[in-house]
Amino acid sequence: MDINSIRRQFPLLQPNLIYLDNAATTQKPQVVLDAMDQFYKTSNANINRGVHKLAEAATLAYDDARKVVQKFINAQKSHEVIFTRNTTESINLVAKTYGRSILKKDDVIVLTILEHHSNIVPWLQLKDELGVRIEWVDINNDGMIDLDQYKKILADHPVKLVSVSAVSNVLGIRSPIETMIELAHTKGAVIMIDAAQMALHERMDVQKLDCDFLAFSSHKMYGPTGIGVLYGKENLLEKMPPFLGGGDMIGEVTTNHFTTAELPRKFEAGTPAIAEAVGLRTAMEWIEQIGFDEIQKHEQSLLTHILDILQRATVKPVTILGALNPFQKVSCISFTLDGIHPHDLTQLLSQEGVMLRAGHHCTQPLHKRLGVLASSRLSVGVYNSAEELDQFAKLFEESIHQLDGSHSAARSA
Amino acid sequence: MDLYAENILDHYRHPRGKTSLENPTIEHKEKNPSCGDELTVQLIINNGKVEQIGWSGEGCAISQAGMSMISEELIGKKLEEIDQLEPKFMHDLLGVPVGPRRIKCALLALHTVKNAVRKGGGEKERSWTEMLS
Repeated sequence: MDINSIRRQFPLLQPNLIYLDNAATTQKPQVVLDAMDQFYKTSNANINRGVHKLAEAATLAYDDARKVVQKFINAQKSHEVIFTRNTTESINLVAKTYGRSILKKDDVIVLTILEHHSNIVPWLQLKDELGVRIEWVDINNDGMIDLDQYKKILADHPVKLVSVSAVSNVLGIRSPIETMIELAHTKGAVIMIDAAQMALHERMDVQKLDCDFLAFSSHKMYGPTGIGVLYGKENLLEKMPPFLGGGDMIGEVTTNHFTTAELPRKFEAGTPAIAEAVGLRTAMEWIEQIGFDEIQKHEQSLLTHILDILQRATVKPVTILGALNPFQKVSCISFTLDGIHPHDLTQLLSQEGVMLRAGHHCTQPLHKRLGVLASSRLSVGVYNSAEELDQFAKLFEESIHQLDGSHSAARSA
Repeated sequence: MDLYAENILDHYRHPRGKTSLENPTIEHKEKNPSCGDELTVQLIINNGKVEQIGWSGEGCAISQAGMSMISEELIGKKLEEIDQLEPKFMHDLLGVPVGPRRIKCALLALHTVKNAVRKGGGEKERSWTEMLS
């Protein structure tokens, strides 16, 4: 894989900018920007309604995008792909339609302590609304999901739904979702996969996984913001009530009644993000051109390198959250430093052109569980290079010296 | 100028007034929800003026240095004066430009002190929105 030729495709990536916040959002290659631009310049119209030529072109572009997504995640049918705004909306859609209509008081939903707030709050809302209960699966000291506890919860409680992230957005560790899906199904529970942090690193094969729902965002996989995907098994989507009401999601409307459109439009009320669907499709095709094998090989080498840098840092001991084995990390590494607040470190790094994330990364329960207020997170993408990490290492040590007041001492030593 | 100017880092590394008082007249805690900074301030009040100040806290350099700086300014100040202090007072103390993402870090000390005074006077504490508007 030629990193330089990949980097050149990203207009935002300049020589003095080291972007290591890919778990928050990725940069966009020129082809994605061009595809959206081209759509607006040649095919822009509203979809599904008019019969004029432009409406036809726009509808076709939107439907084609859905088919590319279907193929990308290996869904059996294209109408099992619902376009949403993002992962958060996809999870909310399931909670507020499947959850509200199927779950009852005292039914149990299983979450893990790793979850992002977007995979916690919609279920807490259901708890308040319906009186469902939430059981939490803990992690062990290496940040791995405690499967024994998961099995015990499944055995001891009336579990109806499990929702789990495929990859932790803080620890960067992949969850044992295959096992968790199988165990949930043995118990007759449905299972939702939050694949936001998986989508850019690993192939999501929904048939092979056999998950019931899967959610991800376009902007975390080199596509535009404003569009996300909910995959759902047809039989489940069929029995769910619609989510938002409005245009496009209806069959027939009278003054006191409406019927819903067929899948997937039933869940896509109002004018959708058409140009963004074109952008997402292009991003997926772009990823396929490189291939996940190459992407993983490259990203693994970056993660091995960065773990090495952080563990060998002499300026101050670095505490890495979760497993230290680079092969258990698939996307990001979060760490803390004694006496140095992540916001100070990342602000100083940012002044030097290095972009890292700091804070609780929308995972307050996980940070509480780990006993830290906040952490710094470094997350890699396909365009990052070993040289960038070396540059990070240098600036990292300099920033710590500056905050510690050991700068002049270190220089004179 | 740099947000991490030497005087700010000096206050961060060697905080002034960071002690615990035995019998404070008022004690009050505030948080910066966006990054988890925390400050607890203790005041001993005599004749409507601040006689002693103590504080504890955890968080980024800006929030902690800000508390250290303001703690040097409040001794002898009347409570009404403190209640009237504007964000500009804090910005002048810090003396560096603060970007929008760090504004709450910069103002946490002032927010904590002002609400401590309001709490002591039996008045309603102000929200962050009121503080920033």
